Amino acid sequence: MNLAIRYSPLLLLLISWVIISRFGLVSPDMLPAVEEVAIKWWQMLLHDDLVVHAAFSLMRAASGLGLAILVGIGLGILIAKSKWMELLLQPMLTFLYPLPKSALIPVIIIWLGFGHSAQITVIFLGCLLPVLLSSFNGARGVETTLIWSAQSLGTTRWGMLRHVIFRAALPEILSGIRISLAISFVLLISAEMVGARKGMGFLIAFLGDSGEYPGMFAVAFMVIFFGFATDRFYLWMMRYLLRYREG
Amino acid sequence: MKQNRLIRYGVMSVLPVTILVAWEVSARTGMVSSFLLPPFSKVILRIVEDMSSGLMVAALFGTLYRMVISYMIAVVLGVSIGILMARIHIVRWFFDPIVSVGFPAPKIAFLPIFILWFGFFDAPKILMASFSCIFPIIGGTWAAAQGVDKYLIWSAENLGTNRHTMLWRVILPAALPQVFTALQVALPIAFIVIVISEMLTGGGGLGGAMMAGSRLADPARTFANLIVIGILGFLAMKGLQLLRRRVLVWHVEVQQEEMVV
Repeated sequence: MNLAIRYSPLLLLLISWVIISRFGLVSPDMLPAVEEVAIKWWQMLLHDDLVVHAAFSLMRAASGLGLAILVGIGLGILIAKSKWMELLLQPMLTFLYPLPKSALIPVIIIWLGFGHSAQITVIFLGCLLPVLLSSFNGARGVETTLIWSAQSLGTTRWGMLRHVIFRAALPEILSGIRISLAISFVLLISAEMVGARKGMGFLIAFLGDSGEYPGMFAVAFMVIFFGFATDRFYLWMMRYLLRYREG
Repeated sequence: MKQNRLIRYGVMSVLPVTILVAWEVSARTGMVSSFLLPPFSKVILRIVEDMSSGLMVAALFGTLYRMVISYMIAVVLGVSIGILMARIHIVRWFFDPIVSVGFPAPKIAFLPIFILWFGFFDAPKILMASFSCIFPIIGGTWAAAQGVDKYLIWSAENLGTNRHTMLWRVILPAALPQVFTALQVALPIAFIVIVISEMLTGGGGLGGAMMAGSRLADPARTFANLIVIGILGFLAMKGLQLLRRRVLVWHVEVQQEEMVV
């Protein structure tokens, strides 16, 4: 019930959409009716390859993000622990961080063509830095007393990394990954719009170009829903992973 | 001490120099086809050429203009909505679910819809970028204004401050550091979206020039524009950082030694 009240403004927006299209306030070419969009979505789900497109997209996002998480955490902790590595990599990071990663899409397409690898690479590059920087900041901020205690108890180097530094840096790493999660969706859709033959981004652009507006709206809202749902799921998981911190 | 610094800069320059040399050599010797990777020197020359012919100047100004306008719209609207959400109950009720759904959602999926509604020129690009980067601004401002120290507000009330002065002299300044952080998050988002919508909807700009380069088999142009976009992004972020330091000069902002990026 509480949830219903909280989310009622969204319902309000939906109702105004219905009213606008019902009374023809806006031409149906500009804003197809809600039911038309919903029916189209259902049809595409059953008869067209919407499921395949969605699966392709999610697979790409997951691969790119997964790679970025692995490499980002590794490099981030390495840089935090080694002054030399920090000096070595800092200039690159300083230049790459503010670069809008969408600008890499055409270059990556020149290199890798229109297949999976191009989109996965773009997503990987875009998601890498937030994870890397949060791991770096997290690992560097570990309290020295924690490290000393572990050392005096005879922790090995690996044990120190895994049980002390990684654990202590985890909250920051996890919030870095959350930023990357959002970025992965944006880059996924952008890269697929610019150059792909499959995927939800491709589908939105393709349907838009061919004037299939109800379908375009349906897929666009599906993408929005995916972005929102994965973020919610991630938040829930984050809370679960960090449950040891409460009380 | 001086020697130390020399070593520092030496180590720092290792990777960029190696990459640039490897780039130039592998492209010149034909290890990599010059279609895939035009030599670095050629790309730089191309920047100079396109700048002096005015082609790139026009693209640069197109992109800059859209960037500035879209970011301004998002800042003004976002900060106002954020403050109102913290102050007025019904505004909070209305925007809270919209922000919580809109924040993590990939708004870029609406780009073709924006094109349908607003045509092909500047309007859909600018509005798409504002729409994409406004959510972090609203969220950050709201949290900041909500979190203003109660004692500050009570003391001001106790001294007879009216609502108007309270907003401008107490709440806004107290929220400013956090608002600035939100603005720093939003800037690259606006830039990403401007570049991508230039690629997809034409109408010039650096993103459009990159796409033209890759469509017309002119990779030097694509790379030249990529480098200019990178420099522009770098300068924009640095500028905002400097502005933050200027504006918040009075604030006891702990100058944490975060990694400077």
